[in-house]
Order: sequence, then C-alpha cells, then structure tokens
Amino acid sequence: MPFVKPVMAGHIFNLTIRRYFACYNLEKTTTFPIKKAAGLSDILVKIRDLHFSRGDRKIFDGLSMDIPRQGITAIMGPSGTGKTTLLKLIGGQLTPDSGTVEVDGLNVHRLPTRKLFELRQRMGMLFQSGALLTDLSVFENVAYPLREHTKLNEAMIRHLVLLKLNAVGLRGAAQMMPSEMSGGMARRVALARAIALDPMMIMYDEPFTGQDPISMGVLVSLISELNSALNICSIVVSHDVPETLSIADQAHIISAGKVIESGTPESLKNSTSQWTHQFVHGDPDGPVPFHYPAAPIMEDLYQTGK
Amino acid sequence: MTSRKIEILVGLFVAAAIAAFFMLAMSVSNMSSYTGGESYQLTARFDNVGGLKVRSAVAAGGVTIGRVSDIQYNSETYEAIVSMNIESKYNKFPIDTAASILTSGLLGEQFVGFEPGAEEEYLKQGDEIDLTQSALVLEQIIGQFLYSKADEE
Amino acid sequence: MINALLNKIQHLGAATICSFRRLGRASIFLLEVMLSCVSMLTRPALLVKQLYSVGVQTLIIIVVAGLFVGMVMALQSYYALVDFGAEDSVGVMVALSLLRELGPVVTALLFAGRAGSALTAEIGLMKATEQLSGMEMMAVNPMQRIVAPRFLAGFIAMPLLATIFSAVGIIGAYLVAVQMLGLDSGSFWSQPQNKVDLYLDLYNGIIKSLVFGFVATWIAVFEGYDCIPTSEGLGQATTRTVVHSSLAILFLDFILTALMFAK
Repeated sequence: MPFVKPVMAGHIFNLTIRRYFACYNLEKTTTFPIKKAAGLSDILVKIRDLHFSRGDRKIFDGLSMDIPRQGITAIMGPSGTGKTTLLKLIGGQLTPDSGTVEVDGLNVHRLPTRKLFELRQRMGMLFQSGALLTDLSVFENVAYPLREHTKLNEAMIRHLVLLKLNAVGLRGAAQMMPSEMSGGMARRVALARAIALDPMMIMYDEPFTGQDPISMGVLVSLISELNSALNICSIVVSHDVPETLSIADQAHIISAGKVIESGTPESLKNSTSQWTHQFVHGDPDGPVPFHYPAAPIMEDLYQTGK
Repeated sequence: MTSRKIEILVGLFVAAAIAAFFMLAMSVSNMSSYTGGESYQLTARFDNVGGLKVRSAVAAGGVTIGRVSDIQYNSETYEAIVSMNIESKYNKFPIDTAASILTSGLLGEQFVGFEPGAEEEYLKQGDEIDLTQSALVLEQIIGQFLYSKADEE
Repeated sequence: MINALLNKIQHLGAATICSFRRLGRASIFLLEVMLSCVSMLTRPALLVKQLYSVGVQTLIIIVVAGLFVGMVMALQSYYALVDFGAEDSVGVMVALSLLRELGPVVTALLFAGRAGSALTAEIGLMKATEQLSGMEMMAVNPMQRIVAPRFLAGFIAMPLLATIFSAVGIIGAYLVAVQMLGLDSGSFWSQPQNKVDLYLDLYNGIIKSLVFGFVATWIAVFEGYDCIPTSEGLGQATTRTVVHSSLAILFLDFILTALMFAK
C-alpha cells in the first residue's frame, strides 16, 4: 500500500493545491503586481560579500549570490562548506562578520527583532531533522504557526491544517506523535508546517539526506510540485547531486567560502572546471585529493619505529 | 494526558500547598497569637529583665494575655523599660497590679507575670505599672544564699 | 620548567576567563528570561502545563522524603532528649529544623535532582533536535514559549513543594513521637506553638525556598539552553545542573541563614 502512495501523491496533491489556492490565489495575484509596481526586483535574496567565521575557521570568505523570486535554486557543495550556515544567515539566526544579506529588499541583520520576526513569517524552513515539536501531535505541529500568528478560529485552523497535511500526503497521520514517524514522514510534516503560513520562500536544509529511495522520490517530487503550485522561491541546500539537479532551475556550487560556479543544471554537468566535474559526477580523486594532506606514508611508518 | 486532567492535578497541587501552609501556620507556629486583634499598651520598669525578649509572653494566673512589644534601656534611671501589648478583653487590671519577670520551669523561657492588686481603678492604654520585680538571676540567688549561710555561722 | 609553569598559569587564566564569560552569558540569559516572563500573562496554559511537569511530578518524591525525614528527626531527637527528660520538646525541635533548614534545603536539593535535570535535558534535547531553531524560524521566540514558562513554573513550584515537605515532615514526626513512642500529643503541638514564630521561622523558610527555586531553575534552564547539542554535551550539562545547583543551594543557605537569624 505505501508503494502506491508516491505515485498517487502527485495527483491528490495537485488537485488539493489548486482547489485550495483557487481562493487564495485571488489575493496573491492581486497583491503581486502591486508589489512589483513598488519597484521590487525579481531577485528575492541578495547576498553580497559575505564573511563569516566560526572561531578561527573561515566559513564564508566574500560570498555573493542572487536568488530569484521564483523557481528552485540549489546550493551545493561538499560537507562542511557551511551550506546550513548560509541558510541560518539568510534566516537571520546567525550574524555575519561583514557583508549583507537582503531578503525581499530588507537587510536581514539590520532589522529590529520585531521586523525580523515579521519577515520570518514569510519564510519557511525545513530542517534536516524536521525539528517537529516532540510534545505535540502532527496536527498540532502544523497548527502551531497558525495558532501563534493568526487569530483564526478552530474550524478554520482544522481546515487549513488538514489541507496542508493532505498536500504532503499525511492527512491520515494527523493524530500521530512525531516520535512514531519515520524520518521521511517527519520531514513531510515539517514541510506542511513550513507552508502553513503561505510563505514567499522555503529553505530546505539537506532534504534528501538519509532517506530510502522511495521517501527520497516523494520528497523530490513534493519539492518541485510545491514550488510550481505555490509559485514561490525554493532554496535547496544539498549534496545529493543527481536528485537536486533534477528539479533545480539554477544551481550554485560553493567551496572554500566562495561560489565556485553557477548556472543551470545542464551547464554544470557539462562544466569545463575540473573541480565542478569531480563534484557533480562524484569522482573519488581529482582536484580534491583522496588523501588528506599528510607526510609521505613511508616517512610516517618509519617514524613510529624510532 | 488531556489539558483538563493536567489543570485538575495542578489545582490539587496548589490547594495541597495552601493547606500545608495553613497547617503549619495554625497548629505549629504562633500565628494564633498574632490574630489577637485589639490590644492596649502598658509599660513597666525593671532593674533587670534577665532573658526577657520582644514577643515573650505576658501572663496572669498562667494564662497568656499579651506579648512584650519592646524593651528599651533608660540610661538616666538605669532601668529597663518594657512595653507590653495586652489584649483588650483583659482590661480589668487594678492600677496596683504587680508585674514580675518569671521563669517557666527551671530552664524555661522568661515571661512577665501579672499579680492583680485591690484598687478600684483599672489600668488603661499607656499606663505604667509601678510595682515590679526584676528577673531572678541564678548567680545572684546563689551568691545571696552563700552569704546568708556565712552570716548564720 | 618555567615553560611548564607558564602553561599551568595560562590554563588557570583561560579557565577563569571562560567561567566569567559563562557567568556573563548566564546573567544576560536571566535578564532575557525575566523579560520574556511578562508574555506569560497572555499564555497561562503554558505555565499550567509546566507546573504539572515541574511541580506535580516532583510531588511524590517530596512527600515520601518529607515523611521519612520527619520520622527520623523525631526518633533521633527523642533519643537525644529523653536523657534530659526533655522529650516533650521533640515537636518543637522537629518543627524548627524543618521550617528553617530541612524543608527548604532538602526540597531544593531533591528539586534540582528531579526537576532541574529534567528541565536541562528537555531544553537541551530541543536544542539538539533543532526544535528551538525551528521555532525561531517560525517567528516564535523560544525564550517566551519554552524557557519562560519553565523558569516561572520552577520559581512558583519550589516554595509550594517546600511547604508541603515541612507539613508532611511534621506529620511524620507526630506519627513516630506520639503514635509510636507514646509522647503526649498535647505537648507535641503546644510547644511549637509557643516557640515557632510565624515571621521568623515560617516566612523566612518560604523566602529561602523562593531564592533556591529561582537559582535552581535558572541554572537548569540556562544549562539546557547553553549546552553543546550533542549527546555528550547534553549529559555534561545535566550533570552540571545537579552539581552546580546543589552547591549554590547550600552556599546560599548559609548566606541567607546568616542574614535572617542574625541578632
């Protein structure tokens, strides 16, 4: 039975989303042109000359990046290049040493707390672990941002929560507790929670890590379908190259604190850069050597004999 | 665990704490003596108050009728002035009532004992008791005893 | 040789700076928590829930411990006093010891072990599983929703628990002294009524437990919030909570006793 679900998910999902946003989109389509007229560009997130370090370790060293208002942008790079840190910088949870991050024309790190919280209501973030509140049921988790930030009555909240859960295919699991769910299900619930307030952007932190092929397939199609249905900005941070590239509209590869290469998935796959080639195709040896820097092995071995 | 159940249990918890507080206040501590309500003040001068303290008892015929509210030393008359709050319902002490500092038991704490006189007039708010007897200091008594023994011989 | 000594001194200096920095962080944290507590007024339900887990769930250990402490106190003071023929003073001795010292202190130590460590573990785990981060990204301040209710609940629950502890302890002493050893129940109750002062003993005991509750809960929530979000860091933070709050309670007890009962 669970094997049928991923295939079905798309259908049910599309139907629900369209039906649901039939009313919501009215508002969206009317407000969007007004925003545009106000002189807002097509760039939603603008990162300029970002420097950030943890202790003595430099994580970002003059990183600049533009992320468009619509479509899926992938940010890829080896483990430990600070991809998650970048998302936390965009969300204003960390403060850079220098450089600016602008979201929707607002400098995230100059905003007073209240304004920052208002901005965050328009951002969704999907954490690697899902970050569901463990003492609340799935239903209450999705209802949480609605209860915190809106004054909707109980019937409305129930309506919205069930629609959001249906969109990720987990309406039937509404009464479960997060501890009873698999990692993939928890991530889908977290996704439902991230879209609860109809954000303008969603940030995905390593959404595919540690998933079995089926859950991975579900998540891949869910991200791409959500993005096209809601017509928003999705930022996917990942090192699962084939899955990420299969849905991304554009991708940035970062390493050593800088953007190494940007472009469409196609152009990255055919990149002339040796580094990009090694990363995209996953070659074991190349510009990034197999061996961590060390003295020659014979030297090391003899040293212990001394 | 529904929120209703939690609320009931928390309610019981708080109620138990309040009950515990009243049990401690009523049956263990001296709260009952604080709720005496109306009282009037008398003073008395003693040469020596011994171990008398503020909040020591004032008793007549063994019944507590008030508390010591203040003890001062008058450096002109070289006497201790003891102020006492007496409950208003015990307002029929003749003006020649005597106050003495007594000890309950051999090692017990000290209190002010009233010995009613025979006058028709009664003590009232702010009056001073003239007839007083100071605390018995054990060392002095023993000393006197030894001297009297020596005199006999 | 000199180098080794310098190294030692450097370690000492680094440790000192580190602990002062921690103290600074803890103070700023406390300030933030106390400001956040204002928002609790609009969410009493969160506070009630925490009062349940901090207060009600600690109640059983407090009641059992209180009963036995009272019973042991009665036995010991009976054996000590009976030689002087002063066994009638068992009641007042137990009552004074419980109200002034044992009630607040033992309750606070048990509280630190039971509720404090649980608070640290809970908040630390929420941090480790990115729940706190997740709340921030949902534009919800975890200080207001997670930390403040727990802090306030600990602060409120502590004096309630200490009062219950003392009351149960005296009942335990009554059972041993009057029912078991056959003392007169009249003198058991009347002596405390003469010697125990409502303000000096009962209220001061409650003030003590308020201070202990404040400090123990502060340490617990801070350790949880400040912990290294790994299983090892969490374990260390929980241990630190118990050790630091126990030491803080005993130290503060000395200070408070010196201030309160000084003549």
